[in-house]
This record gives sequence, C-alpha cells and structure tokens, in this order.
Amino acid sequence: MDMRVAVGGLMLQNPVMPASGTFGEEMAQVIDLNALGALVTKSVTPLPRMGNRSPRVAETMAGMLNSVGIQGKGITAFVRDTVPFYREFQSPLVVSVSADTADEFADLASSATVPGVAALEVNISCPNLEDDGRSYAMDPVQTRRVLEKVRAATRLPLWAKLTPNTGALTEVAQAAEAAGADALVVANTILAMAIDVETRKPKIGNVMGGLSGPAIKPIIVRMVYQTARAVRIPIIGCGGIASGNDALEYLLAGASAVQVGTYNFVQPTAMLTIIAEMEAYATRHGVTRIADLIGAAQQM
Amino acid sequence: MGAVSTVRSMNDVRKAAMRELPERETRGFSESASGGMRGQSESLAQIGGVLFNQQVSTRYWHLAVSAPTAAAACAPGQFFYLRCGDDGEPLLRRPMSVYQIHRERGELHFLYAVKGVGTTRLAQLRTGDSLDMVGPLGHGFTLHPDWRGVLLVARGVGLATLGPVAAAANRMGIRVTAVLSAQTERDVLSESYMRSCGACTLVVTDDAGTSGVAAMRELVANILASEPIDALFTCGSQRLTALLQEMAAERGLPGQAALEEPMGCGLGVCYCCVRPFARKEGIEQLRVCRDGPVFPLAEVITR
Ligand SMILES: Cc1cc2nc3c(=O)[nH]c(=O)nc-3n(C[C@H](O)[C@H](O)[C@H](O)COP(=O)(O)OP(=O)(O)OC[C@H]3O[C@@H](n4cnc5c(N)ncnc54)[C@H](O)[C@@H]3O)c2cc1C
Ligand SMILES: Cc1cc2nc3c(=O)[nH]c(=O)nc-3n(C[C@H](O)[C@H](O)[C@H](O)COP(=O)(O)O)c2cc1C
Ligand code: FES
Repeated sequence: MDMRVAVGGLMLQNPVMPASGTFGEEMAQVIDLNALGALVTKSVTPLPRMGNRSPRVAETMAGMLNSVGIQGKGITAFVRDTVPFYREFQSPLVVSVSADTADEFADLASSATVPGVAALEVNISCPNLEDDGRSYAMDPVQTRRVLEKVRAATRLPLWAKLTPNTGALTEVAQAAEAAGADALVVANTILAMAIDVETRKPKIGNVMGGLSGPAIKPIIVRMVYQTARAVRIPIIGCGGIASGNDALEYLLAGASAVQVGTYNFVQPTAMLTIIAEMEAYATRHGVTRIADLIGAAQQM
Repeated sequence: MGAVSTVRSMNDVRKAAMRELPERETRGFSESASGGMRGQSESLAQIGGVLFNQQVSTRYWHLAVSAPTAAAACAPGQFFYLRCGDDGEPLLRRPMSVYQIHRERGELHFLYAVKGVGTTRLAQLRTGDSLDMVGPLGHGFTLHPDWRGVLLVARGVGLATLGPVAAAANRMGIRVTAVLSAQTERDVLSESYMRSCGACTLVVTDDAGTSGVAAMRELVANILASEPIDALFTCGSQRLTALLQEMAAERGLPGQAALEEPMGCGLGVCYCCVRPFARKEGIEQLRVCRDGPVFPLAEVITR
C-alpha cells in the first residue's frame, strides 16, 4: 500500500498529521512520532505570550470551545529548545507561526527558517492588529499582503492556514495561492460561544472562542470541496476528524492530507488508528495508491 | 530506615512514570527539550478492568479497577484522564485523581461525585467492564522523610485526592492529622480509609455549622499549636486554600495544594488548563495537568 502524498513541497509517508495547538513534545510519551506524516507545532509567536484568562476550554455537543490565546515561550526559546527535540524524529517538522502585523510575520518566518524545519504553516487565522483585530484570512487583500511578505522572507515551503470565519473563502484561497503559498490548511476553528445558564456567564474566560471537534466536520468538508475547485495547490483538510473514514471523506472532497486536532485529546493514539483504518480501507477497495482518492468525490 | 527506602522507591517509580520529563524546577516557559521521551509508545494509554463501582452516599461513588502497570507507576496526587463513554458522549475525558493505590494487588481506586454527563456515565460502569484510562499524569505530592507530622485539610471531592497522602505518610512514619470538611456527615467518605491509614481525623460539616472559615481557623490554629506539624496539604476548596495559605505563611510552614481546572489534552500540550501562579520570578501561567495538579501552597492564586 502506497500511503505517500505530496503536499506543498514535501513528500509525506502518509497523509495524517496533528493540527497546530493540539500536539507537543509530550505526545512522544504516548505515540511513535515517526509513524506520522508530519509533525505540526503549536503556533509560535515573536515574543513570549501569557495567553488568555481561564477557563480556556468548555465542552459542547460533539465539540469544544477553546480560547488558549497562543500562550508560548516565543521564537527564540522555540528555536533553541523545541526544534532540536524534533530533529530526533524523521517525520518532517512543520512550524506554525503567528504574529500581529505583516512585518512581524516576515521577521518571524525568517527566524523560523533553521535546519530541522521542513515547512512553515502561516496561521493567518489569528487577529490582524493592522485591521482592527479581524483575522488576515477573512480578507483576500490582507491575505495576499501578509503572505507576499512572508514569501520573501523564507525559502521554506509555505502552508497558509485559513479561517472558516469568512464569506470570502475561495477568494482568500486564491489570494494565498497568488502570493506564493505552496499549500492551504482548511481550516482553523469556528468562532463560537457558550453560556452557563446557572451562572448566566460565558463558559470561557475570553467570552468567545474557537469551536472544534466532530461537530464542525461537515462544514469544513464543504469548505475543502469548494477550495479544491478554486485553486491548483494542495489542500490539507482539518476539522473534526475522529476516524479513518473522516480522513477519507476529506481526501475524497479534494484534500491531499489531513490534520487531527481535538480527537488527540479524546484518544491520544487516534492518529495511529486513523492511519491503520485508511490503509485497511484502501486494501478493501483495491486502491494501491492512497493519493488516487484525492478529489474523487469532486463533480466535474 | 524503612521510611527512607519507601521514599526512594516512590521517587524512582514516579521518575519512570514521568519518562524523564523536565524536572519541576524547569516548568512553565522554560521547559527543556528531552530526547528521553522517545519510544515510550502507548505507555500511558491503559485499559483497566472494573472490580467494583459502588454508590457510597447520595452523591459519591467508589470505583476500583485492576490496572497493575498504572498502579505500579502511580504516586499520590497524580490523576488519570478517564473516557466516560465510548459512543462520543461526552467527547472529552474526565480528570480524576487517584483515591487509593494498592500496588501489591495492582488496583487503583477513585472516589467521585456525580455532577454532569461524564460522571453520570462513569457511574454506569459495572464489574467486569473495561475503563479506558490515560495516566498516571501530572506531578503529585512530595513527602519529606524528616517530617514528624503533616496536616491534611480537604473538602468535598478533595477528600479523595488526599487519601493516598495519608497512606504514604503513614508508611514513612509521618503522623497524619486530617480535617475533613463536607456538606453533611454522610459525605465524609474517606474518613474510614484515612483512619485505616493511621490518620487522626476530625470531621467538620455545614450541617453542624463547624465548617465556616472562623471555626476552621480556630481548629487549625489549635492543631498547629498542640502538634508537631511540618507541612500542610489541601484540596477541594478555594476558601480553605486561602485560609491555609495565610496560616502557613504566618508560621513559616511549607504546604502543597492540589488544584482542578477544565482540561483539553491532560498531557501538557494544549495549554487549556492554565492558571496564574505567584512565583519568585513573578506571575507565571502554569498547566494544572502537567506542572501540577499539586503546587506549592504559597504559589496558588485563589479566586
Ligand atoms: C486533576 C483533577 C482531579 C480531580 N479529581 C477528582 C476526584 O478525585 N473526584 C471527583 O469527584 N472529581 C474530581 N475532579 C473533578 C472532576 O473532573 C469533575 O467533577 C468532572 O470532570 C465533572 O464532569 P461531568 O461531566 O460529570 O460534569 P459537567 O459539569 O457536565 O462537566 C462539564 C465539563 O466541565 C469539566 N469540569 C467540570 N467540573 C470540573 C472540575 N471540578 N475540574 C475540572 N474540570 C471540570 C468537565 O471535565 C467537562 O469537560 C478532578 C478534577 C481535576 C482537574
Ligand atoms: C486547544 C486548541 C488549541 C489550538 N491552537 C491553535 C494554534 O495555536 N494555531 C492554529 O493554527 N490552530 C490552533 N488550533 C486549531 C486546530 O489546529 C484545528 O484547526 C481545529 O481545532 C480544527 O480541527 P479539529 O476539529 O480536529 O480540532 C487549536 C485548537 C485547539 C482545540
Ligand atoms: S489540559 Fe492540555 S495542557 Fe493541560
């Protein structure tokens, strides 16, 4: 069974990788990182960040809300401590980067371009301080502007991570492609809210947060399907994947690879099960190359 | 003699369980990279066999599972992240600290209050069912062999978390005094277990009007004045934590508190369970699941 897929400048041994923010060094205690298609870090920022106030998580029906607020130690400590840890593993390392302005994004991309890093995932779903806190990926013009600057700052393959919180999804996708992105990650969390009726207060400290988990899968599958028709670069599907069939659904919709987020919390070994289930499916259906399934459900 | 060797073996076991993760001192932002975590595949993911799961009062249940590997690796104050339903409801796991560790029998016990969907599902487990558990997780309590006596003050489900501390202290020859606080007498479930571990227990309840802050302050002050207490341990109440913090600071006593916070991963990767702590270097945002759940009493910021 040939499980390899080509994604934005990289050849992956299989299409399954973790979603940013749901994976870290500690996962090496639970699963063999060498079995994954790639390793994706939580978003790293130019400077250390404290993150949002607690509580940062609330469970909802078949999903969860989070407002972590990208807590982290910043790019300097990341390059010094985290990159060497991942060099021990053969799966390619994809570093997610997040910044407040386009220039900061470019500086950050250049600082993250170090040996051991195989690609950058540009988290343009985060708030843009130059545009009243709306995220870059809500708007094609802002998307193109920030990605062109990042493109000029690094030679690494660039994956642009889009937000589902826009009415201009395909235009944003095309803007990212035009700016030189090598692949698109579709998508980040859906902006949402939950209220505790007993206390009459929002359930998370930040009031609003990002919805993830099985509840969002049909929405994001639709977005992958639409995006795949609008661009020529590969797409990485991300949203609510819990099983091999969920991952296959994304491939059939047009994704070349998938990211698993929330389900890593439910079952820390989930990504390994998903890979095994995809292989079993391919064997059962006489598919010799998993890549042959990409976009098979697209109506031409 | 015996006491010292217990501590050593407990620390060794805990080190093995932590898979050479960064030491306590390097928590927070300064986490160091460690190649030592490699190749420990699936070691924390376990299936326990339910031995019994009994309702022990109106709200509380006592669950015992057979899980020899986990029991051998588990230290007081650590927790397990339990899957409560395998049909996707609830989606996330539920954190439960370990209430009794019986290494020789390969058993772990939990004491839990039925609150919402997760614990309701947990209460449906029957003898012979399997329980999907991740753990042991987090940093537990530390006991010092030189200590003469320790005071445990817990409320509600916090009583469960302090159970194994009483047992470990007893094995080390440290005298345990425990003040157990609950709504009603019937909810003070760990009293007989604590007594069987040689603890001297005092029960206070809302019903009897003995659990208020003023009454507690007097009770704890009397204990500290009349007994050789070298450290304080607490869990289960912000109010009690604040009170003990104050009393420990006045007397220059060390203390430890076990905290709770809603979790995502339970493993330390997602930063969902973070809350602020007052550390020497200033306010730090630490993960309850990984840097805790047990923290130095003085560093806890109550809310
Ligand atoms: C480290 C740790 C150890 C714990 N040990 C025990 C124990 O030994 N015995 C016991 O009875 N309880 C313990 N708890 C609390 C227990 O995890 C919650 O009561 C339980 O998650 C409630 O789930 P539910 O679905 O029944 O309630 P719901 O209210 O329906 O839960 C909704 C969501 O909130 C979360 N949540 C609710 N209360 C808490 C809480 N206090 N702490 C963290 N998350 C919460 C749940 O996990 C879930 O995601 C512990 C919590 C932590 C963090
Ligand atoms: C706790 C948590 C933290 C996250 N942090 C980030 C992040 O730092 N950067 C990012 O691009 N996406 C982040 N995400 C979004 C995920 O990468 C993913 O896009 C989203 O959760 C949808 O996938 P899922 O349904 O499989 O979880 C985070 C998600 C969660 C649940
Ligand atoms: S729950 Fe994920 S870091 Fe603590």
